[in-house]
This record gives sequence, C-alpha cells and structure tokens, in this order.
Amino acid sequence: MTQRSFLEISNRRGTRLADIPALQVEEFATQLEARTRDGWRIVALFGTPEARARLTLVGVVARDDAGELAVASSVVGQRYPSISTRCRQAMRFEREIAEQCAARPQGPVSLKPLRRHPPDHAPVEWSITFRDREAYSFDEVSGEEVHEVAVGPVHAGVIEPGHFRFQAHGEEVLALEIVLGYQHRGVERLLEGADRNRAELVAESIAGDSVIGHASAACGAIEALARSRKTPRAQAIRGIALELERLANHIGDLGALSGDVAFHPASAYLAKLRGECLNLLMTISGNRYGRGLIRPGGVAFDIPDEMASEIVRRVERLREDVTPVLRLLFDATSVQSRFEAVGVVTQDEVIANGYVGPVARSCEVARDVRHDFAYGVYRFAQIPVARAWAGDVQARALVRRLEIQRSIEFVIEQVSALPRGAVRVGCGALQPSELVVAMEEGWRGEITHIVMTDAEGRVRRHKVVDPSFHNWPALAGAMAGNVISDFPLCNKSFNLSYAGHDL
Amino acid sequence: MLDLLRTRLRQHIEPVAMPADAAALPPRFRGRPAVRDASDAENRRSLPVIDLGRSVFAPEELSEDDHGAVFTRDYRMATRTREALMTTGGELALAAALDARMRALLGRSLRLRSVAAGSCGGCEAELTALGNVVFDMARFGVQFVASPRHADGVVVSGIVSANMRDALEKTYNAVPDPKIVIAVGACAISGGVFAGSPEASGIPSSIPVDLWIPGCPPHPLTILDGLLRLLGRAT
Repeated sequence: MTQRSFLEISNRRGTRLADIPALQVEEFATQLEARTRDGWRIVALFGTPEARARLTLVGVVARDDAGELAVASSVVGQRYPSISTRCRQAMRFEREIAEQCAARPQGPVSLKPLRRHPPDHAPVEWSITFRDREAYSFDEVSGEEVHEVAVGPVHAGVIEPGHFRFQAHGEEVLALEIVLGYQHRGVERLLEGADRNRAELVAESIAGDSVIGHASAACGAIEALARSRKTPRAQAIRGIALELERLANHIGDLGALSGDVAFHPASAYLAKLRGECLNLLMTISGNRYGRGLIRPGGVAFDIPDEMASEIVRRVERLREDVTPVLRLLFDATSVQSRFEAVGVVTQDEVIANGYVGPVARSCEVARDVRHDFAYGVYRFAQIPVARAWAGDVQARALVRRLEIQRSIEFVIEQVSALPRGAVRVGCGALQPSELVVAMEEGWRGEITHIVMTDAEGRVRRHKVVDPSFHNWPALAGAMAGNVISDFPLCNKSFNLSYAGHDL
Repeated sequence: MLDLLRTRLRQHIEPVAMPADAAALPPRFRGRPAVRDASDAENRRSLPVIDLGRSVFAPEELSEDDHGAVFTRDYRMATRTREALMTTGGELALAAALDARMRALLGRSLRLRSVAAGSCGGCEAELTALGNVVFDMARFGVQFVASPRHADGVVVSGIVSANMRDALEKTYNAVPDPKIVIAVGACAISGGVFAGSPEASGIPSSIPVDLWIPGCPPHPLTILDGLLRLLGRAT
C-alpha cells in the first residue's frame, strides 16, 4: 500500500505546486495529528482560494531536532470535516481559515474570530455572512465571588491595542481570554498586490520591532522563487542586522522587565543601551529599525571598511556597558523573587501547542531556525542555542540574557571579517506555479513567509505567520493561577506582537 | 550597593540637547528631503512636490532625476496643517505654536494619551523612547498618562483600523476640552504603506488634528521638536 504522505521540502527552496501531495481532508487531518504526536509541529496551515468554489488548505510541518520540513495540501469545499477536532494543534489555524476564507469546518470546534474582519481570501462563489466586528462572545466563569476584569484595547501605557478579559477570584486569575485584531491592516492582501516595490515596504511594516526579521523572510521567499542567489557579503550583513534587531529588543525588554519590578537603575540604563543598538542599525541603514536595508537580491546598503571598524568599536563598548548592568539585574535578590515561579509555561504545553522562540527555549525545547533550518550566514557561523528550563519569567529573561551575549559576539565576529563582493544581485521573474517556505529566527521566534505563484509567476498567496501567532495562547495559559497584579510583568516577559498577529 | 554605584558611574547618561545637532546623526539618516539646486530661480518653478505625509522615507523614494532631491539630516518636519506637508522640493513651514490662551492653560506641562490605532508598533516604540534618559521629554513637562481624563490631548498613530475607530473616538471624547490632537507617522497622516486597504479608515474628521509629525516611524527628535514647537518652546 502506498499511502501518500507529506513531501519533504527545504527552508527557502521552491517546490512545484504539482509535486505537493493533495490528500483527502480526513487523511490530511489524520496525518497532521499523527505527526504532531510524533515530534513534529505545525509551522503553518492556511487556505488559498481556487476556481470553481474550492479552497486549498496547505499544511507545513517541522521536526526541529531533525531539521525536517514537510508540506501537503487538501482541497475542500465551504463545509468540510474539521481538522482541529482530530488535531488539537490545528485549532488556531482553523479559526484563521474560517475567518479569512469563510470556510465552515464541521465538528465541535470553536470558530471564534481571531481578528474580526470580513473574509478576504474566500473563493468568489462562496456565500459570506459577516457579522458585526463587535460580535464576540467571551468565555465566562460563574460562581460566587468570581468577577470579571476587562482591560483594553486602550491600555495604561504607550503600547499596542489588545483586549484582555480576566475571570478572577479575588486577585487570582482563573482564566484569561485575549481578544486581538485591533491592529488588523489587511497585510496579506497588500503583499499579494501587483506592486512588488510596495510589497517590500509592507513586509517591513508587519511588526515595527521586527523589520529585519519580516523583510528578510519575505525577501528570502521571493529570492528562492526567482532563483536569485545572494552574495556571502549580503548574507553576512543581513545576519548582522538581524542580530542587532535581536539585541535592541532583548536589551529593551530586560529594561522594561526591570521597570515592572521597580528596579529602576537597570531599567534606565538598558533603555539607553537599546537605543545604541537602534542607532547602530541607523548607521547602517539610515533608519533606527533598519527600514530600507533588506531588499530582494541582498541589501541596499553596504558596510564600508571604515564603518565596519566603527561598528566593532561601538559593539565592544556596548558589551562593556551592558554586561555589568545585566549582572546587577540578575544578581538582585529582590528582582529574582519577583521573576521566579511567575507565569510558568511547561514543556508539555510547548510541545502540545507548538510554541516557538525564547518561550520554547526557556522550557528546554531547543527550537531555533538559525540552528535547525540554517540559512544564509547561519550555515557558516553557528550561534549556540540558548536554553533555560523553568519556563517562568526568570527563565525567559535568562534566555534573552544569553542571547544578548551571543549576538554581541556574532556581530563583532561578522563585522570584523566581512566577505568581499557585491551586496546586491538581480532578482528577476518568479518561477510559475511554485510554493516556497521561508523561515527566519526573529527575536520573538520563528517568522514564516510562504509564497505561492500562479501559472504566470505572479504572487497569488503570501501567508505570514508571526511567532506571536503561535505564542499568544502561551501567555493566556501562563496567567492561570497567578495574580492579576503580575500580569504586566508576565506580559512583558513574552512581549508578543499585536501587529504581527493581527496582520 | 557598591555595585549599583559603580554601574551608575560607568553609564554616561546625558539627555540630548534640544535643538539637537543634526550633524551628529549618521550620514545615511533620512530626514527632510531637499533639492540641491533649489536656489536657482529657473529651477524653482519645476521643483517636484514631495508629500511628506505620504513618504515612508524609503531610500528609493528620491532619485537624482528629481532635480537631485536627496534626504538631508534635518530631523525637523512637524507642521500644523496637512497641506503644509505637501512641500515644493522639500521646503517646509514648520509648526507654529498654539495660541496664547491654550499655552497659558497648559502652563509648563503637557499630558498626552497615546492611542495606537492600527499600526505596526513602530511609532509607539519611538513614543516610548521619548521617555527614556536620552530624549527625556519629561524635562520639558511632557508626559504620557494612563487616563484620557487626565490628558490635555491624544497622540494618534496607525491607519485608524476599522477595529480601532470606535476606541479612538471614545478616547478622544473622554479627554476634557480644550484638547489637542497629534498625528504621528505616515500611517496616521495618509495610511502610509497601507493606504487603500479596506481596513484603513483614517483619522475621522470629528477629530481635528493640531500637529502632524511625518516619518515611518518619525525619529524621536522629530517628535520632540514638533512638541516643543507646538508649545512655543523650540528655539
């Protein structure tokens, strides 16, 4: 018996659509379930509209420890037997498919909207019923003295909008429901538009703190479909920019965590040092977040020798400045007593739900795209995967501290020995009827861009999966059993992206 | 305790002077565009119109063909009207101060409520940076507050997504009169790279904007300069 199975693919290598196995939807669900039980996890599962009232579901799964990536698809009608009734990890993906594509998976599944917008990827023939954007039913806990606390979308600080609904008993949180979608801008539709130059700018604006991560993943996908091969120098500069972005965010977040527990010295110094990382990106690209740097075929700005020595000097200085502050923070017992045993995520939850990035690594799940699906400069310059085990605020902070140290070393090493050559090569027409999966390890974790072309080589689907899409449920889960007053601290230790999730 | 003091001594913390020295910004910084040969009267009539409200200051936006238009290191770009952002060759009428009555009401403090309404998070990151020890807007009496009831005005960033329109209007209405509105970033001003998306509704006309700060995102110095101009404290 030759049962068709998922097709093995590689990060950033185009696959002909015709080669992707199309399974019956029940079989598709069964195999997804079997794989998620067997060490694989879902990287992406999304719908793309076809002619004649059909929807193609594409599933991409990864087995990180073996560095394996695989894809399969299934063609369905508007009603089909739900996948998430069989495969629990597919739950959020299926909610997204129902919302984006107007599909109606049948079965006992929750299809609450994730972003609250009218379907924008439905086959044209399907009937669409879109209710009010405000229509949303919250889960409720009933019982004596159980009360509800509603926060957002406008919060106390200067942060992105989201709504948090706590079911609490006294100070203790029984359940937290997170409602997003306030930042929904229609990103995927704009990426699929005809104007490729504009799509580059949109990719840089998916999440403002992950400009390099998203732009590199988007360009990685386009370059693979154009068979454009970047020079080693361009790859090195992309790696340098990605690590500077990681440094800025990790340092900034550790500062914000210090602020949340009223450890003000570290909070003030780290905020300033975060600025220095952004200023380094500005030196290279002219923008504090690296906008304008990552372009198809390479990078738009070179790092001349003189600038390279300046960067090395400044990053060495950064290392001297940041090391004692981090020591101060991690040695303070008052800080530790606030960080430890708060907001715990367990290893079982990471594996069952497919969490990524520092959230996974702080539970001894060593997922890191730079290591598992090495691409670009990371094939030659390996960064050890940072890990911790406790899964609490302290463990997530610790992972970030280790990554700060390693990214600093990486940047110094790479900038000191930049390969010679051009920084940008041509990136022409895209191969027709192909699919490519481009993954990148952003500072929050795995950023995935999947691009599918039509028979003329135009982009017909550009799927974006921000690490926050995987990880938002981790925050909700980690809050149960904690006190409401620890929410800001807990939230900051994840620092998930609203914009990246909402698209 | 000794470690604390030792660490404090190591960190050279000094807020940036205002007005800041534009020459200290890196040469590749993309600030206000300018045409190199603007002085030539012959040329002036054919200068390109550059809309700073739509610009995301991408390196490709200006080319040598546009009369040699280039991005300069001038970070000052805030204006009082949307029209003022439509520049001829980059020449700009920077924001004038609020009227005397409003300035007298505000005294030496300005409390703002920030509303991120369909953004990428970039503008909010720069608004947050204004509070750090480098930009330190608190030294000018400017502060972000939690409640709109405590605010003198709102700062709007993002495209004003369909899902945030209601929350923005409620927040604005909750700010006591008289109040000011500041639009920060290309998205709030024109939709930016998201212009034309069915999810972008823009700042409603019921919310009149007093200060427009272009950029994607605007540099913290651009925002700070705009605020100080509005308060009549820029020199």
